[in-house]
Amino acid sequence: MTNLTDLTVAEIRDGFRAGDFSAREVAEGFNANVAAAKALNAFIVETPDKALEAADAADRAKAAGETPGALAGVPIGMKDLFCTKGVQTTAASHMLEGFVPTYESTVSGKLWAAGAGMLGKLNLDQFAMGSSNETSYFGNVISPWKRGGGDNAALAPGGSSGGSSSAISARLCPAATGTDTGGSIRQPAAFTGISGIKPTYGRCSRWGIVAFASSLDQAGPMARTVRDNAILLEVMSGFDPKDSTSLDLPVPQWEANLSSDLKGKTVGIPKEYRPDGLNAEISAMWDRGIEWLKDAGANVVEVSLPHTQYALPTYYIIAPAEASSNLARYDGVRYGQRDLPDGAGLQDMYAATRAAGFGPEVKRRIMIGTYVLSAGFYDAYYTQAQKVRALIARDFELAFEKCDLLLTPTAPSSSFALGEKQADPLAMYLNDVFTVPASLAGLPAMAVPGGLDAAGLPIGLQVIGKALDEQTVLNASLAIEERSGFTARPDKWW
Amino acid sequence: MSDYRIQGATGEWEVVIGLEVHAQVTSNAKLFSGAATAFGAEPNTQVSLVDAAMPGMLPVPNRQCIRQAVRTGMAIDAQINKWSRFDRKNYFYADLPQGYQISQLYHPIVGEGQIEIVLDEKNPDSSTKVIGVERIHVEQDAGKLMHDQHPTSSYVDLNRSGVALMEIVSKPDMRSPAEAGAYLSKLRTILRYVGSCDGNMDQGSMRADVNVSVRKPGEEFGTRTETKNVNSVRFVMAVVEHEANRQVDVLEAGGKIVQETRLYDPDRNETRSMRSKEDAHDYRYFPDPDLLPLVLDDVFLDECRASLPELPDVKRKRYEQALGLSAYNAATLTADADTARWFETLVAEAARIQGKSESDVAKASANWLLSELYGALNRLGKTLETSPVGPTDGAELLALVADGTISGTIAKQVFEIMLETGDKPGKIVEEKGLKQTSDTGAIEAAVATVLANNADKVEQYRGGKEALFGFFVGQTMKAMQGKANPQVVNELVKKALAG
Repeated sequence: MTNLTDLTVAEIRDGFRAGDFSAREVAEGFNANVAAAKALNAFIVETPDKALEAADAADRAKAAGETPGALAGVPIGMKDLFCTKGVQTTAASHMLEGFVPTYESTVSGKLWAAGAGMLGKLNLDQFAMGSSNETSYFGNVISPWKRGGGDNAALAPGGSSGGSSSAISARLCPAATGTDTGGSIRQPAAFTGISGIKPTYGRCSRWGIVAFASSLDQAGPMARTVRDNAILLEVMSGFDPKDSTSLDLPVPQWEANLSSDLKGKTVGIPKEYRPDGLNAEISAMWDRGIEWLKDAGANVVEVSLPHTQYALPTYYIIAPAEASSNLARYDGVRYGQRDLPDGAGLQDMYAATRAAGFGPEVKRRIMIGTYVLSAGFYDAYYTQAQKVRALIARDFELAFEKCDLLLTPTAPSSSFALGEKQADPLAMYLNDVFTVPASLAGLPAMAVPGGLDAAGLPIGLQVIGKALDEQTVLNASLAIEERSGFTARPDKWW
Repeated sequence: MSDYRIQGATGEWEVVIGLEVHAQVTSNAKLFSGAATAFGAEPNTQVSLVDAAMPGMLPVPNRQCIRQAVRTGMAIDAQINKWSRFDRKNYFYADLPQGYQISQLYHPIVGEGQIEIVLDEKNPDSSTKVIGVERIHVEQDAGKLMHDQHPTSSYVDLNRSGVALMEIVSKPDMRSPAEAGAYLSKLRTILRYVGSCDGNMDQGSMRADVNVSVRKPGEEFGTRTETKNVNSVRFVMAVVEHEANRQVDVLEAGGKIVQETRLYDPDRNETRSMRSKEDAHDYRYFPDPDLLPLVLDDVFLDECRASLPELPDVKRKRYEQALGLSAYNAATLTADADTARWFETLVAEAARIQGKSESDVAKASANWLLSELYGALNRLGKTLETSPVGPTDGAELLALVADGTISGTIAKQVFEIMLETGDKPGKIVEEKGLKQTSDTGAIEAAVATVLANNADKVEQYRGGKEALFGFFVGQTMKAMQGKANPQVVNELVKKALAG
């Protein structure tokens, strides 16, 4: 019999509907994998009972002849940035340790309503700030991948959705939610040989997701196949009157319209994404990707996104600025941690609570954000960054006059060892250099695996589309997926 | 124009005043959440997840609050900005759950407008002055700390957290305590007319930050101080007076005015320094990324405009010109929207019952309301709102006098009974037999008796002491128990004395 935990979301969904197996069998299989994978530290909270509860409900509904939901019988992992009613939600911070929401985020609520079950709350970089999942208060997430040649170094699963990427590639869950502010879905997907899509800003409601940088935060799915991503994204998307930035548009049928035939499509290759010194293997993978898309029928043209070099500094002004304000609510007054030294006044309580509750990277970004918004610096930093952000968005608009989508690398390297870049925040920030521009422009972008590098680690490609054109992004990613024949998976060592 | 001057040792000083008024928007729900806004509810019973700033919560603008701000802007003839934006004002305080207040610094919803004040409402010739309004923006209110609940800790009540406020910022156009008081009163009148704020300063629905500076006439503006959260018209005037004199004293002693925030202590009638500009917060304003710019379309603006009532200035002129009221009566009746509404119902009913035009009955109605009714309400410690006599009954009473059914004197008696029993005037007149008689026979008989009983006085009258005429009339009325038509009595007394 097939190992149920090797199945994709589509296979589980279809097999469950066909009666090949019960939802309970699937949930039990994944629960067992989760329980056996403590070494990866992918979960902050495991919720096997929740997974079984949803599975039993799906089985009962099926027995009763009810029409199954889009994700009936499919257990998933939930990034611990989504508030889940009755289940601890921490954003991987000490600040929110023990915080149990009385409400369910819109996106997670939609997934449960579609029949999905929750395997647990996935670890992440603290408040989604990080690119290696080393900033979590609950410990590093370990990638299931190892370099070849007996190198036993623990590798980064990417970040901030590192629990999601690690768990999916290790078959602890067939799919998971992620959130992407500057690359937090795409970079971890690339590091672990899975795919993930950040939709157009506003497709998924932000209501109930612990905020990092409001103008950039977007939820999206992560899974092993493009189809699985399409299935999840359809469920997660949709207008939410509780989020003012939510797009009031119908949700397209992305899965039904999947097609890897790219005839008539023009792919833009932004020349600024190939700087001197670009990793040769990344560069070669990009070239292979170009050939695959040509093979799928697309035209390929070179385009220019001239302000690309300013994207990263712009991002590291805007995102921390918003974060410094968004995280002000964690003050020890109403919920979460409160450190109240003897005889402390209000200011002392703030200082003690925030000193103890936030990790170093969160503090660093709060300080950067506070600085760039402060009187005398606001115009030089924040206002200027907003102008550059507009120019970056304009770059994409102009490029899309010549092409329908862009193909770029996802990350400048494959996964690195934990601890390797921790000493130098700037080196860490460079991980986002290819993912940040699309975030600043609010465009849909997807990471899809292309192959392995010489060390045996996955390398991904990134497809960026026009606003609201997730379909073309998914279709081009599908064309790559079909041609790359990427089936590599990490050897189980955990 | 005001010639208010402070006489200092070095000469005259002019006072420059600007007011920032915070007015709580009348709406059922808060600015960015669905929580209720009732005054006086139990602590923390009107708090949504958004108001408590729970993780992942997002603000959604409440259309009604926006509408109220726009209508207020229209009522002061202000520019309405079809594109405005919300900014975050960042600071830490226990009554501010988000760690920032959502406000509008850079692009307020309402731009420049103006309010006309009358310096002395009782004086029809009093000059008027136009006070400029710089802007109106909408913002969230904060919660409230309670320091008296526990020996060592403070409690937080978030009922007010997120309630919509309008901040109405005047230009520094006022020059005396009286002007500041008149501006605040007029603004409150307009807000109540529009229905965008209840104007209840004692409940905190409206409070003013008072900016005061002094200068020698003709010189540049001096350094100003800002006295926060002053909650009555009287206190605003007191703050201006006290603060201006304090500043003059400081300056004349060779000191300098520090730009600072001050607090008013009504018990001691003085202001105290709260914090100086040096310890002012850096609020790190920036556009709220959770909210899109606020874009108003013409349909919305048209609806707002159409929903505005007749405003006080227009109403006052109409009362004077179309209804023929005195300037003072018109001003008094229009100073408050509820009073005007009461008066208009009274006039409409009086005109309907009597089959006359409103202008025919307006004067009598105004006089009765302002003297009889107000006198009675004052005596009973009641207001128009709690008045035992409503405008319909008042109109009926006026009609009974107008058609001669009862005399003015009897009307006063009837009114007293109405106040006591709440009965209709017609019923009272009927039951108590107070109907006025014009029966000449009965009156002639009464006159004859009066003249017969006072033969000596008749003698004197006929001898030229005409002042006694009133005596005979009074005696006749008394004999008729006040129910005789006074005009008929007059005629018949005159006739009998002549005879």
